Amino acid sequence: MKDIFKTLFKIHSLLFLSVSIIIISCNDTPEVYNLGQTVTSPLEGAANKSHEEIAVSPPPFSDGIFPCNDCHAFQKPNPVRRTLTWHEDITEIFNHDSKNRWCLDCHDLNNRDSLRLASGKLLDFKESYKLCGQCHGDKLRDWKVGVHGKRTGYWNGPKQYYLCVSCHNPHSPKFKPIKPEPPPFREDEQIK
Amino acid sequence: MKKPVNYSGRRKFLKNLSLFAVGSLALSGCGQVTMKEFLQKNFRTLSKKEKDDIIKALEKKYTAKYGKEFHVTDEPAADGVEFGYALDLSRCIGCRRCVYACVKENNQSRDPQIQYIQVLQMEKEKGIDFAHSDVHYNPELVPEEGYFYVPVQCQQCRNPQCTEVCPVKATWQEPDGVVVVDYNWCIGCRYCMAACPYGARHFNWGEPYIPAAEINPETHYLGNRPRMKGVVEKCTFCIKRVRDGKYPACVEICPVGARKFGNLLDPESEIRYILANKRVLVLKQELNTQPRFYYFFGV
Repeated sequence: MKDIFKTLFKIHSLLFLSVSIIIISCNDTPEVYNLGQTVTSPLEGAANKSHEEIAVSPPPFSDGIFPCNDCHAFQKPNPVRRTLTWHEDITEIFNHDSKNRWCLDCHDLNNRDSLRLASGKLLDFKESYKLCGQCHGDKLRDWKVGVHGKRTGYWNGPKQYYLCVSCHNPHSPKFKPIKPEPPPFREDEQIK
Repeated sequence: MKKPVNYSGRRKFLKNLSLFAVGSLALSGCGQVTMKEFLQKNFRTLSKKEKDDIIKALEKKYTAKYGKEFHVTDEPAADGVEFGYALDLSRCIGCRRCVYACVKENNQSRDPQIQYIQVLQMEKEKGIDFAHSDVHYNPELVPEEGYFYVPVQCQQCRNPQCTEVCPVKATWQEPDGVVVVDYNWCIGCRYCMAACPYGARHFNWGEPYIPAAEINPETHYLGNRPRMKGVVEKCTFCIKRVRDGKYPACVEICPVGARKFGNLLDPESEIRYILANKRVLVLKQELNTQPRFYYFFGV
């Protein structure tokens, strides 16, 4: 009789353990920064609309530049503002209040794989919009509601936001002129 | 008694013969339209069964013609949805990406050319002035100094004049606000084109030509299914896409994010945010067409 109780207790405790594991694993916060997950199911967005979740496209790094610490980990950090002899591709085009700002106003001195807010808080590149929003607060506000910038996906469901830097080069943010697509035929060109 | 000669047999035969001749002559002018399609009723009076049969036949016909598996749906408007559109005039750079994304999505004829979106270049000094606008601008790069751009397409009016003038009721406004055309019912009189103050309707003067490689096989009966010669067509906010919950093709392609789309009845939608918080205008407001297509200044 005692044995039966023992085994029952064992089974119970096993069950309890597995259930609690399942519950814990379900409570894991989902990775919002994921291209594949965000735009999947149509017409169910109205139910699970969440303004907290901002699914963005990945930051557009140029090839081989990230992680920065691959090089910077071996260099002594130098906080003095100067003209760099490296990163010419960026220094040549840099045009973002360049009179008053330089690299370390946005990039962190000690951890180059992070951005840095004015408050000193470190920031992942995936959240760079918060850094832009320090100065461009009105744009950030409009971007969050989908009015500034571009969204793709479903008008009543999951959407994908593009980061500020997906459209604006952070080192030279003004839009560059582009070639237009061809104009429509004139009416006399249509007559054969 | 002498039996009277009965002429009615011959008379009837001759009458029927002439009717048949006229009928077949009319049909021969229609090219690819079959007798069944010719006798088809207005889309809005068809039963579910009739619609399904017609759609099945169309899918077969298009698949054979373009060598791709075609889908045609008749997905109706969803409850509680009224589509609205907003275009940010302060952002548009006149690159015409939208024009060609639209052509591709909606299977417009490439030759003769039909385009639902016309991008008008206007002088900043003159403001919105259709008389001095230019649709054929073609510089090396856009935007050009001193100009702004106003893309115009169907404004999906709440008070559409085009549907009002149609003598056969081949065009109407759907419950979600999209103005559609039943291409099989359209008689090609082009009254609607004369009535539209935005030049948003286009007529197939010739047999539409679309290269088979570029055809979009995902279609809606009232939207982007291939059209025939002699019918009017127009922008439907990409009815196939938006009834599936997606954004219109022009919204998704815009490289500057100037185009916004959503449900006017949803207070949380971006379109409602724009109407509540931005400076908004509609084109030719004085005509009381009450467009669902708004222009705004994002900055």
